[in-house]
Amino acid sequence: MDIIDQLPSLLAATIRVAVPLVLAAFAGLFSERAGVVDIGLEGKMLAGAFAGAAVSSITGNVWLGMLAAVALAAVLGALHGFVCISQKGNQVVSGLAINIMVSGLTMTLGLAWFHQGGQTPPLPPSARFSEVIFPGTALLSGIPFLGAIYGRVIGGQNILVYPTFLMVPLAWWVLYKTRFGLRIRAVGESPAAVDTAGVPVVRLRYAATIIAGVLCGVAGAYIATAQGAGFVRDMTGGRGYLALAALVLGKWKPWNTLWSCLLFAALDAVAIRLQGVVIPGVGPVPVEFVQSVPYIMTIVLLAGFVGRAIPPKASGYPYVKER
Amino acid sequence: MSGTSLKLPWWVDYALLPLLNLSLALLVAGLVILSTGEDPIEAVTAMVQGALGSGEGIGYTLYYATDMIFTGLAVAVAFHCGLFNIGAEGQAYLGGLGLTLVCLYLDWLPFWLVFPLAMLAAAAFGAAYAALPAWLQAKRGSHIVITTIMLNFIAYALMEWLLVNVLIKPGQMSPETRAFAPNAQLPSMQRLLGGLGIEIAQTPLNIAFLVALVCMVLVWVLIWHTRWGYGVRVVGASPRAAVYAGIAPGRRIIQAMVLSGALSAGVALNEVMGAQHKLLVNFPGGYGFTGIAVALMGRNHPAGVLISAVLFGALYQGGAELSFDMPTISSYLIVALQGLVILFTGGLALMLRPALVRLFGRA
Repeated sequence: MDIIDQLPSLLAATIRVAVPLVLAAFAGLFSERAGVVDIGLEGKMLAGAFAGAAVSSITGNVWLGMLAAVALAAVLGALHGFVCISQKGNQVVSGLAINIMVSGLTMTLGLAWFHQGGQTPPLPPSARFSEVIFPGTALLSGIPFLGAIYGRVIGGQNILVYPTFLMVPLAWWVLYKTRFGLRIRAVGESPAAVDTAGVPVVRLRYAATIIAGVLCGVAGAYIATAQGAGFVRDMTGGRGYLALAALVLGKWKPWNTLWSCLLFAALDAVAIRLQGVVIPGVGPVPVEFVQSVPYIMTIVLLAGFVGRAIPPKASGYPYVKER
Repeated sequence: MSGTSLKLPWWVDYALLPLLNLSLALLVAGLVILSTGEDPIEAVTAMVQGALGSGEGIGYTLYYATDMIFTGLAVAVAFHCGLFNIGAEGQAYLGGLGLTLVCLYLDWLPFWLVFPLAMLAAAAFGAAYAALPAWLQAKRGSHIVITTIMLNFIAYALMEWLLVNVLIKPGQMSPETRAFAPNAQLPSMQRLLGGLGIEIAQTPLNIAFLVALVCMVLVWVLIWHTRWGYGVRVVGASPRAAVYAGIAPGRRIIQAMVLSGALSAGVALNEVMGAQHKLLVNFPGGYGFTGIAVALMGRNHPAGVLISAVLFGALYQGGAELSFDMPTISSYLIVALQGLVILFTGGLALMLRPALVRLFGRA
């Protein structure tokens, strides 16, 4: 196969795959920088996917679907906050509970409401987010390589792709250049100090878990109503955990997290294209191995043999006011 | 102070509070049933009938419970050492590999040799797969929650690759091994009890259930009645106190996880050698995660694990029957209930405690 021919479609696929990863990883970024560990990204995304697909299918309006996805995932984010912040429960247990609960509830309700084996009815193009064709795409398509890059990688992507990648600098700006962001980061490192300064720890952490919910909701809606055309059982397929891996590999920093997401997405895009490819003398490419590279990389990094991933100091611990 | 440290009569902490939390989870599940337009009471009746109303129902209930006793114990042992083992699923999967290798390639041995060898191989593979994150946690400080999640995915990939490319029975499409020889299959309880002159219904319940019960007793003895178990619990309660007491936390962490991984591999014994008689893709089927619910509900005590495993086994079996009786309700409701149980008996375990302190508290 010709690399130059393949490159535009590979890049386009990378971006498509990266969108939910970036959204979910940044959800985790907000939550964990504020000191609340979030392994419930998967569940919140899945809930968003279900709500998005269900409401789009019933109303025919995909933006209402998006609204429902964001609202439901934000409620789950607040629930996670209630368990971890107000009730001082175990944060890992809470995230896991949300993942399992949503996996079961979406199927139960999907079956009862739509009678299609748990799926939502397939969405027509009008009830989905569509691609944006940039002006001049047809004109430039004749130019080799650059025409394809313009038409299929930069342009021609789903309408949700662009706000997602605009969200990245915005999130960086919020976290590092605003007072709110400084406080979020401080509350994840030393909540007692923040409390002493008279800043409400509880409110900040709730804000972070709800922001995480909102981002997961968008990711879910993207999966079900932009990439896909309806809800399918467990359709997030472990992306929430992959996003978590990207967050760890990105060392809980916005730009590094973005690069990790893009790397994982590129690996996935490559793996799909390697399916069934046979290397002469070696045999078929073990696609399963390529797909598990992100997880292996994360473990190696966590092991501290190459660099060091240090989580926010107070993440995982509920804040108890001293008396 | 909040209600967490005030003293309550033991039965409030160990019986009433978990029961109330379970009731909350059931209540929410009941509301979900109502929202699907069915009658929750009718659904519960159908479930109890399906799970416990016939010999067949009871057999299936105990068969499901077997897997959950293994993973519940696995998670509980890790919890006692202060570790959250989310990797029971992957450890069970790898355990299945060890067991399958014995059952496929040593099946010329008599059953009384294959059985212990398969059990040992399963335990060794499961233990080794748990030892890796344990070592990373103990020596390198890598958070075991993240590493075990990652290792689950690596296990899925590895096992899928092995099944599709290496272990698959030649000349077939579906990725599964050939059926094991009869002397590499666990006898069913029906056959075992039939030999003693007791007739029971034909179900996948097999002698792995007895192994699970033995493991339960062994874990109880190990954790509560040996110096080693005491050390594990000290490390779980306070690693720093353990250091002052002359207990090396790192070593206990690794040992507890090795035991946890070996227990997880029990799922392979029940599913692969006991019920399916061959290795299938994704045979652990989420029991590693169910084990977390079982351990939390059983308060990490072996007896509690047994009770909640049987309860969850009944829910699985009842849920499967329910979906025949009431087609609008799927057995996925049981998955949702599992999540709710983890939420209420785990994350929100102490939510109701302040209220109970007001009722039963002793100053």
